[in-house]
Amino acid sequence: MSQSVLPTRPSRRSLLKSAALGSVAAVAAPYVKDTYAAGSLSLGVWDHWVPGANNTLTKLCNEWGAKNNCEVKIDYITSQGEKDKLTAAAEAQAGTGHDIMSHRDWNIRIHQNVLEPMDDVVSQLIKQYGPISPVAEYLAKIKGTWMGVATTVGSQVKPCCSRISLYKQHAGIDVTELFPADESKWDKTKTDSWNWDTYLDSAQKLFKAGFPVGLPMGQSSDSVDWTGALFNAFGVVLVDAKDNIKVNSDETRTVMEYAKKLMAVNPPEVYAWDDAGNNRWLISGKGSSIMNPPSAWAVAKRDNPSVAADCWTHPMPKGPKGRFVGQLPQFYGLWNFSKNKAAAKDLLLYISQKDSAAQLVQASFGYDLPSFKTMYDLPTWQTVEPPVGTVYGYPPRGDEQTSIAGAPARSEVGAQIYNQAINTVMVAKFTQGNEKLEDVIKWAENELEGTLRV
Amino acid sequence: MADTVQVWSTGLQASSAQPSATEKLRLFLRRRSTVAFLMCLPLIVIITFLVIYPAFYSIYLSMLNKTQTRFIGLGNFQFLLSRDVFRMVVEQTAIFALSAVFFKALIGLITAHLINNLPAKGQRKWRGMLLVPWVIPLALSSLGWWWLFDPTHSAFNYILESLGFNQIGWLSNPYWARFSVILVNVWYGAPFFLIMYLAALKSVPEQLYEAASIDGASAWQKFVHITLPMMRNIIAITVLFSLIVTFANFDIVQIMTAGGPRNMTHVFATYAFMLGIRSGDLPLGAATSLFMFPILGVAAILILRGVRKRGREIG
Repeated sequence: MSQSVLPTRPSRRSLLKSAALGSVAAVAAPYVKDTYAAGSLSLGVWDHWVPGANNTLTKLCNEWGAKNNCEVKIDYITSQGEKDKLTAAAEAQAGTGHDIMSHRDWNIRIHQNVLEPMDDVVSQLIKQYGPISPVAEYLAKIKGTWMGVATTVGSQVKPCCSRISLYKQHAGIDVTELFPADESKWDKTKTDSWNWDTYLDSAQKLFKAGFPVGLPMGQSSDSVDWTGALFNAFGVVLVDAKDNIKVNSDETRTVMEYAKKLMAVNPPEVYAWDDAGNNRWLISGKGSSIMNPPSAWAVAKRDNPSVAADCWTHPMPKGPKGRFVGQLPQFYGLWNFSKNKAAAKDLLLYISQKDSAAQLVQASFGYDLPSFKTMYDLPTWQTVEPPVGTVYGYPPRGDEQTSIAGAPARSEVGAQIYNQAINTVMVAKFTQGNEKLEDVIKWAENELEGTLRV
Repeated sequence: MADTVQVWSTGLQASSAQPSATEKLRLFLRRRSTVAFLMCLPLIVIITFLVIYPAFYSIYLSMLNKTQTRFIGLGNFQFLLSRDVFRMVVEQTAIFALSAVFFKALIGLITAHLINNLPAKGQRKWRGMLLVPWVIPLALSSLGWWWLFDPTHSAFNYILESLGFNQIGWLSNPYWARFSVILVNVWYGAPFFLIMYLAALKSVPEQLYEAASIDGASAWQKFVHITLPMMRNIIAITVLFSLIVTFANFDIVQIMTAGGPRNMTHVFATYAFMLGIRSGDLPLGAATSLFMFPILGVAAILILRGVRKRGREIG
């Protein structure tokens, strides 16, 4: 059962003391609860695809509301058709709406001018739980100020989810032995052998056996995320932090030639897949591996249990520049037109506690991923089945680093690169469209120049 | 002379009996133009707030910089024209809209003729059935089509394979994807043309055809010299209306391809959505969606001028 770790109602004296301390530690001052909340709060929150997962968040909010005499109203808004983003855009333009809104991927940056700084809340959480994911920092810390609080709900990474038996039988690789459900047993020599060359070799064998891997190459986030991780592993930078366009490089040429070989052993329809395409591919039993959160596995548990029992989620392959996995955190943003900011911050702090995160992770069967590495020891990832330990490798462990396509460019530029899927269009032009590599790079340079527009 | 007498007479009456305020209001309300205005008022209010205001707001928005903090005039339009992808979107939207409208008009005309020549009893049944695509909510029917074209489990491919043909990448091959979205748009929009053309056909006086028959005209001659001239106005208006709607189409492309593969099925609306909502550049998104406004505006003026001219000739 979760317990409140919030300070009790402070006295006037303690508040003055806090204020005095605050003047010393001006920028990274931890959050201080300055009043009983009272009144009401409204939240517009991403509608979870896992049945029943919303109930846990509602329960947590109601618990907080009861303790603080505050009525909390939650609207769960689907991301289907980007309805959550449309709602956020409408509220930002109108200057009215919910108090707290959840924002996927780049939306904190997009709405930064109408969001309340959250340094106090985030610094309190960092103090409690240690360093936060660099991707979360890249997306929500703008000009040195946190403008959003990373959520547990809906935040995700996209590592490999492979069919144990198919890899064993056709590629001679036992993924459960490479990445057992106990990090202390990971053998560096073995984990290092899981690199992009091995991945290509096994993908070719699985293709020949009639069970191709399914790597989407459309323009939605699953495609952009794994391609971003691939580019990072080969050291490709599209635009650097100082607005220099770097796509015309040897690294780009190497990764594109690699992608040509890899895409040749994927089913041809990957160019039309949306974010559900790879899930369906794995669940159908035709696919041997995808790069995705454990949503495909969770649906397979219901729709094709034998496939689910054969799935193992594990880190991405390693490249010349390291092992990268695409991460997509979500954030809670507090509109600056909210009438109850203190209460909102208090609620966000409450639902960001490790106890709360544990309940949310459990409710989502391990899909939701907190942005603090110190929370990766939650029991859910060790216990859910079948098979036991199947999603242990979901949180980034070992040498796996989180990344997002578009970085390290300024986040304004990164958002354009990511949302216009420049990396996947490059690969698709070269592999599906058979365009000349130099033409593709030239095209990318032109598009990237467009993203630098002020 | 008589008029002068009447004016004098009216003036005298007015000076002797001034209508009260209530009576004035009653007279005012009795005027047909007033009643018409009052009845239209709710619609005018709705259009003002939901159409005119957003339209002007989007024009204003399209002239701001990315962060909406600075007025940059036509800067966004200038920027768009310098982008390869945008130029491709212009080309694709034109291909999409022009080919879809052409086939919708053609199919509408043919089916309207077929139905018009059916006995009255059977007509109603066919009319009802052929209107079904237009009646089903577009988002729903697009989803149905998407399932039929599904990249991995396409029902069409299942049939093709069972007949011994190769599978087709309906949505994964960019050119087939273009064909697929146009096909769905034609399927959805043809019934509108059908119903409009059918109404037009019914309004052509039967005597004209009888006279032509007596003169020995063939069916084709009757069509070219009687039906088409009598339908010109309705054809012009439906084509104009459909062009505007098709140029602004969003649902079909967004649901079926979301603009992919390789941006090769984007139309203005989906590209504007990607720039404005997904990438957070609302001014650029607004500029994209307004891009066709002047061209369609000029087309509308020309077509409507032709309609008015022909109307006067007939009158």
